[in-house]
Amino acid sequence: MINPRLLRAALPFLSLAVVLGATFYVQPRTMSYFGLNLMLQYAVPIALATIAQMFIITVNDLDLSIGPFVGLVGVIAATVLNGTPALGVAALVACVLAYGLVGALIHLRSLPSIVVTLGLSFVWLGIAVMILPSPGGKAPPLLRSIMTFSVPYVPFPIVAAIVIGAIVHLALMTTSFGVIARGAGGNPKALTRAGWSMLQTRVVMYMLAGLFGVLSGLSLLGLTTSADAHVADRYTLYSIAGVILGGGEFIGGRVSPMGAVVGALTLALAGAFLIFLRISPDWQIGAQGAILIVVLAMRALITSREARS
Amino acid sequence: MTALRARLATLPWLWSFAAAVLVWGLAATVTGGRGAGEILTSALAFGTFTVIVGLGQMLVITTGPGNVDLSIPATMTLSGVIAMKVMDTESARILLGVAAALGASSIVGVVNYVLIRLLRIPPIIATLSSSFLVLSTAISYGRGLRIKPPPPLADFATVRLGGLPLVTIAILILSLLIALVLKRTVYGRTVAAIGQNERAAWLAGLDVRRTRFITYVLSALLAGVCGILQSGFSGGAALNMGDDFLLASIAVVVIGGTSVAGGRGNVPGIWGAALFMFLLVTMLNIFGASPGIRLVMTGLIIIAVITAAGGETQTR
Repeated sequence: MINPRLLRAALPFLSLAVVLGATFYVQPRTMSYFGLNLMLQYAVPIALATIAQMFIITVNDLDLSIGPFVGLVGVIAATVLNGTPALGVAALVACVLAYGLVGALIHLRSLPSIVVTLGLSFVWLGIAVMILPSPGGKAPPLLRSIMTFSVPYVPFPIVAAIVIGAIVHLALMTTSFGVIARGAGGNPKALTRAGWSMLQTRVVMYMLAGLFGVLSGLSLLGLTTSADAHVADRYTLYSIAGVILGGGEFIGGRVSPMGAVVGALTLALAGAFLIFLRISPDWQIGAQGAILIVVLAMRALITSREARS
Repeated sequence: MTALRARLATLPWLWSFAAAVLVWGLAATVTGGRGAGEILTSALAFGTFTVIVGLGQMLVITTGPGNVDLSIPATMTLSGVIAMKVMDTESARILLGVAAALGASSIVGVVNYVLIRLLRIPPIIATLSSSFLVLSTAISYGRGLRIKPPPPLADFATVRLGGLPLVTIAILILSLLIALVLKRTVYGRTVAAIGQNERAAWLAGLDVRRTRFITYVLSALLAGVCGILQSGFSGGAALNMGDDFLLASIAVVVIGGTSVAGGRGNVPGIWGAALFMFLLVTMLNIFGASPGIRLVMTGLIIIAVITAAGGETQTR
């Protein structure tokens, strides 16, 4: 019998392998540098948004505003940042600080993060609509060239995803701050008694989420070249789904950065796979829900086996 | 003064009504009193739909932290689409359509509970995952032409009795019933008990599983009712008809004085909050605010209200 712990850690990678194998089977021509590049191009912004969501989930909260936030970043970058770079950078920094402020507010008043971030999603969307009432704007050339950068042999999205996953893994899983941050999700009381500031931890985690949200918005704009306030509305769901597919737990600070990136790749690939299967676009969202439920069911099975052994 | 404050603390729903009256007054001042009655009537008409889903969401939230039903918008859409398609504009098929729509809604509630129970996942994730499937079902089933509601249903959803919309009166009665259920029945007391301390409720011999099951099915059923009525009111079902109701259903519960931490539900507050939310948008419209400003203000006010009410949950 395989060790259930090992099985659970391998589940995200197995899911990715299954989806990848199925895609190659249905459409063998995708098994190429060009094919993978095309299928996975949106994996980078999704992976960055997933990492942002993972930081929030680490401290037992949930961010329902990340999608509109990614949209807002795109809007700022395509208008202000493109026109007056200094002002644009200041606006993006303000966005990250706003995330930290929200984290502080949620912590100090012990508010439910779902309600606050749901309200916040309206604020982001409103600001984005005010700056750019209808789709338009233009991506700064630098972003465009970064996102279309081509690496020999291995498609760029895969390289980028591995680099992102590795950096966050090092920061969250191997540093002492990472241990405290994950502990904040596991047992905040114990850490407070040990003298760590939970306020500070939460604020830093929220600001990290804001930072990765900004990166996600910038990379998405590099691909789409023009901005739209609503372009990333689905990202809230994608990011939560990505963390789940990647083996993260919602309570207890048990998260996995590599898993989250793999989960995002799986999601991006699942979209392409469903198109190859000629599943009607009506069932696109539904199929993603079904994938989520299947993965969660498998994990429940593994957990119950773990409890028995 | 302290006695008054203590009395006010037992009536958390007063705040939402006070806020509604304040916003109404502001709007009426700007128009110079013209149309103040009409504003209130339309607030009641539109607010009623939010109240229906708010009642279900309130029951779910009262069963404790982490319990939120995110599948309400998708369930509304599914119910509206099924009702319109089964009725097919024929008055004789109204009952059949209602039965089909509510049957489908209750299946969503059962599925939600099964996911929470079998997969042991937080209700947020369970209802989110199921909502994807529900929405896809609605999109796939409802593809094609927009079907008008049969005239009697449209009349029922829009007619007014002495200035009050008929639906508002019906939902007022339903609210009274739910308030009674919450206060006086074993089921209602169990909902509150689970929200306060699930383990204690279980040790006291209360049927936690059955109560939770009923709660999720009720929430889905109320979303279904709202979907049918909304389709009747606005001349048919639309695939995005549930979109506004995700934030609204949670916001009216929270603003209405129900404890987000669970264990303390509040029915009258939902009415005050629903009126407040609609009047707020009306006021911003009268002020000539752009859609962007309206969105920002709605978001900020919800955050402000939850911040003001948030400290109270800790003192329990």
